[in-house]
Amino acid sequence: MQKEIIIAGFGGQGVLFAGQVLAYAAMDSGKEVTWIPSYGPEMRGGTANCTVVIADEEIGSPLVRRPPAAIVLNLPSFDKYEPLIQPGGVLVVNSSMVDRPAQRDDITTIFIPANEMAEEIGDRRLLNMVAVGALLAMLPELTMEQVKAALKAHLPQRHQHLLKNNFEALDRGFEYARKALAQMPA
Amino acid sequence: MVTIAKPENLVYQRPESLTEFPTHYCPGCTHGVAHRLIAEVLDEMGIREKTIGVAPVGCSVFAYNYFNCDFVEAAHGRAPAMATGIKRVLPDRVVFTYQGDGDLASIGMAEIVHAAGRGENITVIFINNAIYGMTGGQMAPTTLPGQKTTSSPNGRDVETQGYPIRMAEILAQLDGAGYVVRRSLHNPANIRKAKKAIRLAFETQVRGLGFSLVELLSTCPTNWGINPADALKWVEEHMVPVFPLGDYKVAEAVAQIKV
Amino acid sequence: MAKELLKGNEAIAEAAIRAGLEAYFGYPITPQTEVLEWMSRRMPELGRVFVQAESEVAAINMVYGAACTGARVMSTSSSPGVSLMMEGLSYIAGTEVPMVLVNVMRGGPGLGNIAPSQGDYNQAVHGGGHGDYHPIVLAPSSVQEAIDLVVLSFDLAEKYRTICMIVADGNIGQMMEPAELPEMRPVKRREWDWAVTGAEGRERRILTSIYIDPYDEEVTNLRLLKRWREIQKNEVRYKEYYLDDAEFVIIGFGTAGRVALSAVRAARAQGLKVGLLRPITLSPFPYQVVDELSRRVQAFLVVEMNSGQMLDDVLRAVQGRVPVEFYGRLGGVVPFPDEIADEIRRITSEKLTVTADPREAWYERLSARVN
Repeated sequence: MQKEIIIAGFGGQGVLFAGQVLAYAAMDSGKEVTWIPSYGPEMRGGTANCTVVIADEEIGSPLVRRPPAAIVLNLPSFDKYEPLIQPGGVLVVNSSMVDRPAQRDDITTIFIPANEMAEEIGDRRLLNMVAVGALLAMLPELTMEQVKAALKAHLPQRHQHLLKNNFEALDRGFEYARKALAQMPA
Repeated sequence: MVTIAKPENLVYQRPESLTEFPTHYCPGCTHGVAHRLIAEVLDEMGIREKTIGVAPVGCSVFAYNYFNCDFVEAAHGRAPAMATGIKRVLPDRVVFTYQGDGDLASIGMAEIVHAAGRGENITVIFINNAIYGMTGGQMAPTTLPGQKTTSSPNGRDVETQGYPIRMAEILAQLDGAGYVVRRSLHNPANIRKAKKAIRLAFETQVRGLGFSLVELLSTCPTNWGINPADALKWVEEHMVPVFPLGDYKVAEAVAQIKV
Repeated sequence: MAKELLKGNEAIAEAAIRAGLEAYFGYPITPQTEVLEWMSRRMPELGRVFVQAESEVAAINMVYGAACTGARVMSTSSSPGVSLMMEGLSYIAGTEVPMVLVNVMRGGPGLGNIAPSQGDYNQAVHGGGHGDYHPIVLAPSSVQEAIDLVVLSFDLAEKYRTICMIVADGNIGQMMEPAELPEMRPVKRREWDWAVTGAEGRERRILTSIYIDPYDEEVTNLRLLKRWREIQKNEVRYKEYYLDDAEFVIIGFGTAGRVALSAVRAARAQGLKVGLLRPITLSPFPYQVVDELSRRVQAFLVVEMNSGQMLDDVLRAVQGRVPVEFYGRLGGVVPFPDEIADEIRRITSEKLTVTADPREAWYERLSARVN
């Protein structure tokens, strides 16, 4: 088994942390994992992305050209990664920041208003966890329990009080995606 | 008959901190005087066995042959960085660099300024003879306006070759410096003052009072093309007006030191 | 100790600390700055030496000074900074004091960029500072291997009184992977009989790289060479993947090596008998294993993130016995596995011939791809 996931968006949308949460969950469940960010000048205000690779054996390339799964939190990332998803792959799109429909019909695309859903919970910064929750509905390699356990285990002590809201964001995202998937034609 | 080989009659002997190795310096060069002053200070302070010297690139590149203490040889201009590495790892040892004007004020400008800026607890003996000696008399950053060298054959033209750099004045501006002075080696009275300054510089280090530097105006009869006696006069008449002798930085705690 | 999710640069720093690092001197440069930042916090809290130098030139000379005292000392930098350190490295080599330097390589030449690159292979392995010397050069391909090689590098540097360089790249520095750090070793300064520590109760010691009489310098060079021959004999390291029945062998180090691993697996899944040799010591280079492989495989493919620098070492070992092909990306571009998979398909299906310089054909192929 090997699964590659790209998470992309603006700097400040929690792109890198969202990837780290997946990486922690994979590590804690005994899998091999790599997490690699885009780094450099584009960290400052531009687009940010990270690639997470989860596997059963020693991981070769930490980067992939065509991932089977991605989360895109803004329009530039949607434009960049939608064409690259492997056929049959899955894509979570933050519809709060995107104003166009999907162009691919050979992948599963979930549009989720992550900004608004995060604001409903009371913290806009949770938009990344809403999107991760949605991805988990389509990511058999990791379970919701593993991701929650990883958050609990690795969130620094000073941030532990945020756990409850993070869990709620994950759950809402997951539930939204599950319902959206159920309404899709088979 | 008077026996001169009695301790009470002894007026001169080789300090323990100098080896018996004959120096390679030219006749009339004041490097030998500077070496001896340092060695006498190490002897008097009883710190020879805990001292590590850092030799430069330049005429004094072989200084390590003449001092009877541990020594390393730095790359050109890098002695203060190397001394920093040694001193940080061995803070209870005494670390000094011995550098000429090309080494310290030209290629090593960054290293000396930042060592002083950090307040590295090292001592720097800076030999300023206004010329590159080892490579055969080229213009140095301290070469005087109008001074002829092999790379300023018509005399240093300040329009195209700039002005001499006064290191003691520059380094004295830095808060990390505890003791920065300029002395000269052109006559016995000034040599005595130079020795006292070298002593104070090492005392500054031993007490942990920050960066210390003694700039010594020195001769280079060979490359100046004059005899040793005239070279001493040249220091007094031409160098001292451009590089005034004096104390440029004496931190309050250093001023309290009695030697 | 349990595995933690560690960033390469931070893992390198902490591994050095746990291996007994006494002094660190460095200067900020992307993509290795996290090493410096980690050191700036950890070293003082452990009562050890940290100095942010005014330049890489100063940093390496601080390292030089500290190394002369016999302390465990290191610096880290990235390509342009390492170029500035070359003077100091030559002096350190000539003075025969041990030190560790990590180069988190980035795209060049010049200011280049901050993307991962392997463009400094020749500088590290065949060139660098002036004069006749050979550093040990280690190339990790993962965070765990970076940790292990940092620990090893101090032991090797001290054992042979030599420079031990670790060449990583921006990928390895910035990547996070689960990895296990070593236990904290106590700092224990050895009583080296060459270290300058103050001549208390002993003859003075001098550490220098000057041997003004050429015959003395020749003796010194010969001593360095003797040590280097020992290193060549004892310290070659590499990792093999699927080589037992391989008919085609990919050779790549560091990030290029692990990217190639993905392509090799894909090729194996299609039934192609392809294996991977990943050199871990670039210097000494594993000539012998390449020599042996060249007597039983059909062809090699060398993959690098440069224009074929390690390729020359492979060619030297293969000696024209079988074709050697090359694939490289330049200037900070990291190849994707599918590019290498395409190359594998090509070499396993085309009729290859032994060519004097595999770069000729590669140049045409890459130019067509890039332009």
